[in-house]
Amino acid sequence: MNRLQPFLILLAAFLAVFWEAAFSGSSGWLKTQLDLLPALMVYASLRSNLALVGTLAICGGLFFDSLSANPLGVTILPLFVVGLAIYWRRDLILRDQPYAQFVLGAAASAATPALTVLLLLTAGESPLLGWGSLWQWLVMTVAGAVATPILFFVFDWCERAFGYQRVTETSFRPDREIRRGRN
Amino acid sequence: MLKRSHYIALGFVTVIALVILNLPARTSARLKLALGSLFLPLFGLVGASQQTASKVADSLTPRAELERQNELLRRENQQLRVQALQFSELTRENDRLAKLVAWQQRRPEWKLKLARVVMRDPANWWRTLQIDLGSQHGLSNNLPVLTPDGLVGRIQSVSLTRSQVVLVGDPRCNVSARVENEVRDAGIVGAGGPFDTALVEMKYLPRTAIVKAGQNVVTSGEGDLFPKGIPVGRIVDSRAAEFGLYTEARVKLAANLPGLEEVWVMLK
Repeated sequence: MNRLQPFLILLAAFLAVFWEAAFSGSSGWLKTQLDLLPALMVYASLRSNLALVGTLAICGGLFFDSLSANPLGVTILPLFVVGLAIYWRRDLILRDQPYAQFVLGAAASAATPALTVLLLLTAGESPLLGWGSLWQWLVMTVAGAVATPILFFVFDWCERAFGYQRVTETSFRPDREIRRGRN
Repeated sequence: MLKRSHYIALGFVTVIALVILNLPARTSARLKLALGSLFLPLFGLVGASQQTASKVADSLTPRAELERQNELLRRENQQLRVQALQFSELTRENDRLAKLVAWQQRRPEWKLKLARVVMRDPANWWRTLQIDLGSQHGLSNNLPVLTPDGLVGRIQSVSLTRSQVVLVGDPRCNVSARVENEVRDAGIVGAGGPFDTALVEMKYLPRTAIVKAGQNVVTSGEGDLFPKGIPVGRIVDSRAAEFGLYTEARVKLAANLPGLEEVWVMLK
């Protein structure tokens, strides 16, 4: 596995959480804070190993909860469950197809906040919920779906640009070249 | 079926999540602050870039426009000084009369401190934000936060350099308030909806309350959390609740919560 990949994914999780907290542009006109962690989890579970899926769930969840009013650690399990579910069936998924990435991004972005809210309610918290939450859930789902193929494109490009590329041997051999001519 | 490695990973992450969730409140708060402080360099970078941008914008403003604004501010300052003098005279008179009728003075002295909003809650189900003042600036829990337009919320947790403000409309920020009508009906301004941050519910108004659209809502001062008379918003509409046991009203908040950049913290 490329050594750069885990670092890039965890850095992206850190920056994604920072972006969500510092720039609330989307919350003004969409009335929704977008979340990129589920899309990142889809990438990690399709392109990486289980250890990175777990690390991303723990780090991403802790980053998110540290800037939120959530109890610390409540986002870890929803992220990991989503990641594990995709990782479990990843051999059956057409992971290079943007359509498959879009659908998985939508599913992950829908499941993660739903599971988090379920955990919050189970823990006795009283999050702000109402009919408007359905709109927010829909926007988060669509945004996650759109962001997933873009993330795949960006990370694949980074891997090609900065990662080690295996050199494939050519079948050309100069000693077996057929020389044409009069001599 | 899941493989053995999957079960091990699931168990490992579940145990870590449960351990973190069940940490003592103080340890959890410290860990949260420590993790949050990892983002401080980035927030500093954003703040510095915004300051640079505003400096560039200021340097591009024509001199004539600056002089005009300066003159306007000078006049406004003079007017406010005169008003302050009048109010201090009124306060002295009020204190003198209160002493005459032997009222005990319970009003604490409030000081205002300006704070910059550095981030908002990334989750859709909470309404909180963080400001760039902390315990080293004299802040403590439950201090009121406001803008010149009206009440914003209260301080929920404080670290050395940052504080978390829970906004009006969050389920954890209930405000004792009065409607400015003839009988000054009192109620509790509580949670709003998740969608419209400008609208909140005012509950437990008397069944006989005469609440009309457009009436102002201010803090009542009961509960000693918020001082009396801070504008909260205006009544939008009202209806009977719980089979007519009490009246509830929707209130449009006076402060523009989504557009907050700077807030004032009231220090005792």
